[in-house]
Amino acid sequence: MSNYTTIVSDVLVVGAGLAGERAAIEAASQGLDVIILSLVPPRRSHSTAAQGGCQASLGNCAMGSGDNTDVHFADTVKGSDWGCDQEVARLFVETAPKAVRQMSMWGVPWNRVVAGKKVLPDGREAEDPKEKEGLITARDFGGTAKWRTCYTSDGAGHTLQYAVDSVVIKLGITVHDRTEAISLIHDGENCLGVVARCLKTGELRIYLAKSTVIATGGYGRLYGASTNAVINEGNGMAIALNTGIVPLGNMEAVQFHPTGMVPVWILITEGARGDGGYLLDKNHHRFMPDYEPKKKELASRDVVSRRMIQHIRKGHGVDSPYGPHLWLDIRHLGAKHINTNLREIANICKNFNGIDPVNALIPVRPTQHYSMGGVRTNIDGYVYGLKGLFAVGEAACWDLHGFNRLGGNSLAETIVSGWIVGKKVAEYTLGAPELNHSYGLIQGFAKVQQERINNLIAGKQGKENVYSLRKEMEQTLMDYVGIFRNGPDLQKAVDNLRELYHRSLKIGLISNGKGANPELSTCLRMPGMLRLALCISYGALTRTESRGSHAREDFPKRDDVNWLKRTLAYWKEGSDLPDLQYEPVKITELPPGDRGYGEASASSAEGKKQN
Amino acid sequence: MSTRKFSIFRYNPNTPEVKPFMQEYTIEEPPGMTIFVALNKIREELDPTLMFDFVCRAAICGSCAMVINGKPRLACKTLTGDLKGTVTLMPLPVFKLIGDLSVDTGTWFRHLSVKTKSWIHSSKEFDPNAIEDRMDNETALEIYEAERCIECGCCIAGCVTANIREDFLGAAGINRVARFMVDPRDERSKKEYFEVIGSDEGAFGCMGLMACDDNCPMQLPLQMQLSFVRRKMVSFGLSAK
Repeated sequence: MSNYTTIVSDVLVVGAGLAGERAAIEAASQGLDVIILSLVPPRRSHSTAAQGGCQASLGNCAMGSGDNTDVHFADTVKGSDWGCDQEVARLFVETAPKAVRQMSMWGVPWNRVVAGKKVLPDGREAEDPKEKEGLITARDFGGTAKWRTCYTSDGAGHTLQYAVDSVVIKLGITVHDRTEAISLIHDGENCLGVVARCLKTGELRIYLAKSTVIATGGYGRLYGASTNAVINEGNGMAIALNTGIVPLGNMEAVQFHPTGMVPVWILITEGARGDGGYLLDKNHHRFMPDYEPKKKELASRDVVSRRMIQHIRKGHGVDSPYGPHLWLDIRHLGAKHINTNLREIANICKNFNGIDPVNALIPVRPTQHYSMGGVRTNIDGYVYGLKGLFAVGEAACWDLHGFNRLGGNSLAETIVSGWIVGKKVAEYTLGAPELNHSYGLIQGFAKVQQERINNLIAGKQGKENVYSLRKEMEQTLMDYVGIFRNGPDLQKAVDNLRELYHRSLKIGLISNGKGANPELSTCLRMPGMLRLALCISYGALTRTESRGSHAREDFPKRDDVNWLKRTLAYWKEGSDLPDLQYEPVKITELPPGDRGYGEASASSAEGKKQN
Repeated sequence: MSTRKFSIFRYNPNTPEVKPFMQEYTIEEPPGMTIFVALNKIREELDPTLMFDFVCRAAICGSCAMVINGKPRLACKTLTGDLKGTVTLMPLPVFKLIGDLSVDTGTWFRHLSVKTKSWIHSSKEFDPNAIEDRMDNETALEIYEAERCIECGCCIAGCVTANIREDFLGAAGINRVARFMVDPRDERSKKEYFEVIGSDEGAFGCMGLMACDDNCPMQLPLQMQLSFVRRKMVSFGLSAK
């Protein structure tokens, strides 16, 4: 008999954000018994923090007129700098309009088309026709040819999560919140479930299921300055990597959002620029048109972030105790627009900076925001290496985003891939054999975790302090694995992180570790976080080209001959570095070319001028 | 740098032999320090056992409500500089205590959703090939206005009725029902809503003290929502006679 409470279901979903809940609904709708584990109550998930919206080529509003799935596809592939899987991108763009409409049925109060003439902030005129009135409207976002981002003011993630969670509740799907999966259970071929720790009592539990879905979001909090919620520590990626069998894809692809607010690094939505906001320097000069004459503030995020840092490096930043920053100016949008369509960010400015963006400039600097990489899956969400294991959303490398994700494509990915992968999970689970495996094996996984806990409490391996290790990791990534990267810096990062990793195996608790002790929770995560940090840094060091968000100063060009491939990072037991392998990137429709914005495009334009 | 003293409620239900007590901590106070920053500093430098909840730290997820100098507020957006003297932190009442400042709002709010059947009740089947039903943009904005509730629990914790009646749904519950009432996609009749909310557990349990309206960190018009729901319920009650 087990010493641990054992809970059995057909499907186990780890993570109750949008992607996880959407997948759970799909499985539960087919009559399967589904349990969702979550660090926090579902409606506190980081999905709710998504502000700007969700890309889907409905083409309802005037500025989105003529949009279709082909245009969305091309934008996504260019945005990814040809790093994405084009079959996945095609499937995604075709499904997104349906998913957005489904969300409307489930209760999302999408903003709607209002007919009539309007003058845009830049002076252009647009007229929304009567026949489109009342359909779902869209706003402008970076790297898109059309206005395609469907929204509910600036609370799109919030309204989506509440709608999806309302369906989870309606279907009576079990959610165990404040529960953290700390290890996968597997027999080398099949995933059997997880060992989880209850964050209310500290109890270890065993969850067994025919299929397990990782939907734990990103790892933003590995970086000292991130827009992410504090729970985004990459847990699901870490437990997958720890199997030694499952690879993480493209971990070096890290997105920096152009407008994190200084100094608290809370996100100011891209919708602020989409709705007409400008970036200004210390002389209040609008500098983006100098660098990106076509897309201006609305080039892709990787490009805008680099241009901002470039401009700061030229000495045009605003000095502050938190380092130089730039300004986001939305004053010209007017009080009415700001206090309705951008109300949450107006509140954020007031609460955390004491400023009202109706009449004041917002201090911003590019800030870690999103992980394009994650648990590598195929187009159906099946994780490489283990049967019965799936991944979805930001935790996954489904590979919709390649080396740069477009704003509005992640929220859309959650509901699209949750739907698609959820169906595949259901299909797999309905055909899967009955649970039948050795109790010794399963208990073994729980015992390993129990022993880790005992050792941490006893300080058996050492007395390293988890909080100082963590600060050093955060600082290393900030200093050496940021927006612009180079060989020597990345080598420093890898060296530092390796040392930190060894020290993380010698952490000892200061406190007694009883119950749901928060120090113990952090200690249990720390080695996994460092492994992820090493996958990011080592992957970045090894990739000797620039592609999307991965910008190497020593290799400034994209290199399609040698690097049109995806990094797969494995972690072999006992190792202190990931084992990097590569696979080709599938190009089905759009061969690598010019993005139409960014450095390569600018230099080719200059080249043409000179000729 | 100036320092700030905190007096924090301590109790861990897993160690009932240790009775609840208030513990004091003093830390340096840099300009612009929020309670989010302060509590993390205390945990990392002084006391790693201290339990509290933060998720978004941007006042949009509703995780960090606690009683700060006597008032339920979101800790993440409360600047210590705006408070006088020692900062006293207590967990929200009404909700089950997990430990120290951490309470179980998740279970409470899921129960609220189940009890008020907070999902769109529609007889329509989703047709993936059909375009969406139209909606007036003003209606969409009206729904969003009520949908902005982040389930932080401040309205519940500050509510006299919720503190004395376990089954009272409070302002969050009434606002939630109002959100579905204004939604044309929801096909429930006034009668069905009446069954959900037309009782002392719902719209008629409120004593009208309106602390909810004062305490809501999202500045939701909770008083208006209460009158809106009561009006609907009364009109149904009269018509049913």
